[in-house]
Amino acid sequence: MSESLANSQLGAFTYDPAPESTGVVRLQSSYGLFIDGTFTEPSSHDQFVTLNPATEEVLATVAQSSDADIDRAVTSARRAYDDVWSKTSGAERAKYLFRIARLIQERSRELAVLETLDNGKPIRESRDVDIPLAAAHFFYYAGWADKLDYAGFGLNPRPLGVAGQIIPWNFPLLMAAWKLAPALAAGNTCVLKPAESTSLSALALAEILQQAELPPGVVNIVTGDGQSGSALVEHPGVDKIAFTGSTEVGRLIQQRSASTPKHLTLELGGKGANIVFDDAPVDEMIEGIIDGIFFNQGHVCCAGSRLLVQESIADEVLRRLVRRIDQLRVGDPMDKNTDVGAINSASQLARIEELTAYGEREGATRYTSNCALPEKGYWFAPTVFADVAQSHRIAREEIFGPVLSVLTFRTPEEAVVKANNTKYGLACGVWSEKGSRTLWVAQRLRAGVIWANTYNRFDPTSPFGGMRESGFGREGGRHGLEAYLDV
Amino acid sequence: MIASVACVSTAPLRLVTPEDRGVRVSQTGSVPMIDSESQLKALLAGMSGVDAVGVDGRCAKLATRSIKRSSKKAAIDLAISMVDLTTLEGADTAGRVSSLCTKALRPDPSDLTVPSCAAVCVYPDLVAHARYVLGPSSVAVASVATAFPSGRASLKVKLMDVADAVDAGADEVDMVIDRGAFLSGRLGQVFDEIVAVKAACGEAHLKVILETGELVTYDNVRRASWLAMLGGADFIKTSTGKVSVNATPQAALVMLEAARDFAESTGHIVGVKVAGGIRTTKQAISYLVIVNETAGSTWLTPEKFRFGASSLLNDLLMQRLKQQRGAYVRPDEFSGD
Repeated sequence: MSESLANSQLGAFTYDPAPESTGVVRLQSSYGLFIDGTFTEPSSHDQFVTLNPATEEVLATVAQSSDADIDRAVTSARRAYDDVWSKTSGAERAKYLFRIARLIQERSRELAVLETLDNGKPIRESRDVDIPLAAAHFFYYAGWADKLDYAGFGLNPRPLGVAGQIIPWNFPLLMAAWKLAPALAAGNTCVLKPAESTSLSALALAEILQQAELPPGVVNIVTGDGQSGSALVEHPGVDKIAFTGSTEVGRLIQQRSASTPKHLTLELGGKGANIVFDDAPVDEMIEGIIDGIFFNQGHVCCAGSRLLVQESIADEVLRRLVRRIDQLRVGDPMDKNTDVGAINSASQLARIEELTAYGEREGATRYTSNCALPEKGYWFAPTVFADVAQSHRIAREEIFGPVLSVLTFRTPEEAVVKANNTKYGLACGVWSEKGSRTLWVAQRLRAGVIWANTYNRFDPTSPFGGMRESGFGREGGRHGLEAYLDV
Repeated sequence: MIASVACVSTAPLRLVTPEDRGVRVSQTGSVPMIDSESQLKALLAGMSGVDAVGVDGRCAKLATRSIKRSSKKAAIDLAISMVDLTTLEGADTAGRVSSLCTKALRPDPSDLTVPSCAAVCVYPDLVAHARYVLGPSSVAVASVATAFPSGRASLKVKLMDVADAVDAGADEVDMVIDRGAFLSGRLGQVFDEIVAVKAACGEAHLKVILETGELVTYDNVRRASWLAMLGGADFIKTSTGKVSVNATPQAALVMLEAARDFAESTGHIVGVKVAGGIRTTKQAISYLVIVNETAGSTWLTPEKFRFGASSLLNDLLMQRLKQQRGAYVRPDEFSGD
């Protein structure tokens, strides 16, 4: 047999670039703050730039909110709550939410391109996951707005008031939807602060809120860094803090909001275990592992970043995984065929590089895809570490990048012990064709979300959230309402 | 900070090497000998299951691949060269087969850069005529046989059907498996029939039609694929085109995975043919994407991947001209068959 036949190249048929047009997005050179229903100038002239992480080009400058701006936003939200939103019936609130959902769908292409420009995620994911899910969350909670009496919290559950919401950079618009939709459905008003490096889609959402004629002040969007976030957390006019982000910042927020009447929900880091038994459906399991860790460049708090594989099939799984990571198409996020896009920022790239360097020095075997990386922008080739021990940093700390640590186990008991041996508790996956084993394992895992024979699947009807250092409170589903009701 | 770590050892970075990449056809393996039905059953039952949700998800993802410009042109020509131009009607005549053969030889007479199709696929009684029209060309004559499409006949009749086709000059025989036997667990019977038909084929290549639409589950598709390959199939084929569910991307994916795994463990490269309901260039290209990302380059040739189709060819020709001219031509620009 000829060598060319004997070695069947995967992806030998190459795909020409198929870039999505960026023409649908009209970027402004600078953006102000969305307060009281209008775009306003910030009180100080502090601004910062937001980059396209795939090219390092400046997209726009964004306002840095000062304490005074935060105060203005909270005051506006309070007034809107007292005068308008708390007197608006559930059915009326639902109309606005439905309208927002439809407008997101109508402008989905523009929003997807904008998200990919600002975040670096592949257009396939922003187009097929982020934006449709964001719309779905508004649709879903629109349905709840007039049915709160039936949500299981007793008759006439009351909203909390003004919610301060701080969201991360990994799913900018989707996280905004996760925060705003249940809060508005429950009758709260909001001050939302997007992440510093990804403000643009939230500002586009502000335009949509204007289009939907949401009453002024019901949602205010303030941009800025941790200083602005801190001002929002400490503002006495805020009744509720909802934060998604790192465990370090979450801990600070919890300390600062202690001994205040503020309600708090935190959705923090994770080190999800994807547990693979020897009877798992092999081909789908490999795809699930890939989805679990390389989806969104691994910038996913619930990423399946630890693979726990039964020792009897470990070699075979590793062989297939290594082959598969080499097939991932890394590069221009705007190309419709790109599987893995750019790392969101220089600082995140440095963090990934630091932890992977530890992995090598601690003795794990590193496999890295040979893919060519663009010269400009922030990139990290898909990487798998084999021979990882529980005590390695790469098995314990959240890397938040396209890096998978592979560990092995011998029995279901050992798998559960290893999976739970983490300070986090956000998500886990179980792969087995045997339902009874899947349930046995799932009952013993200490994590808020457990996927069976799949990973990283999201749905607005399904509650999402963590335990231990992954935070508390749920987003999504009926449970997601509880975070915004006084119950 | 890194310098302060307490090192156990330092492992070198290991880039993915050529040995890790692609699908390695085994150089030492061989097809296991099947001596008994129980052995066959144990072998098939021991295979990993197929998760239907995962298969659907993978296919949906692969369907989003956007094939443009030069890759589209290359894909169209490749697809044309993979077509088994098919007519399987009661109303088939020598005249119709003649025109089909002429079309397969030279799909677009105004452009000689268009490759020929891989084969013409007809019923056994028309094989001799097709052979006569095609002469010694590169286009093969394929014949369905074994009481196609239902397979409801005795083995004796099936083998005579095959012998008829082979004697008339068929280069390839498309047999159907006994789905009834497969679904009722008589795997040995299905296996024995394939072995017998393979022997009756002689030099002719054997394509084994699984009729995946009647096997229904992906687990069945994977097991039937292995059963056929163990029995000596040169190709495994999705469907007859005569039932309500024919080729699907999902069935093709599962069969390509099976062919890939079979090659890796036995060293035997079995081709895959998708048939029934593939009418558009877009569909054809999406199948090529599945081949490309599942089994790889070895299967991206007419020797190892085929489309059983009739109307697909004209759509491929139309899209080919569109790529050249930038605009669509009338359907009448191409011959009907």
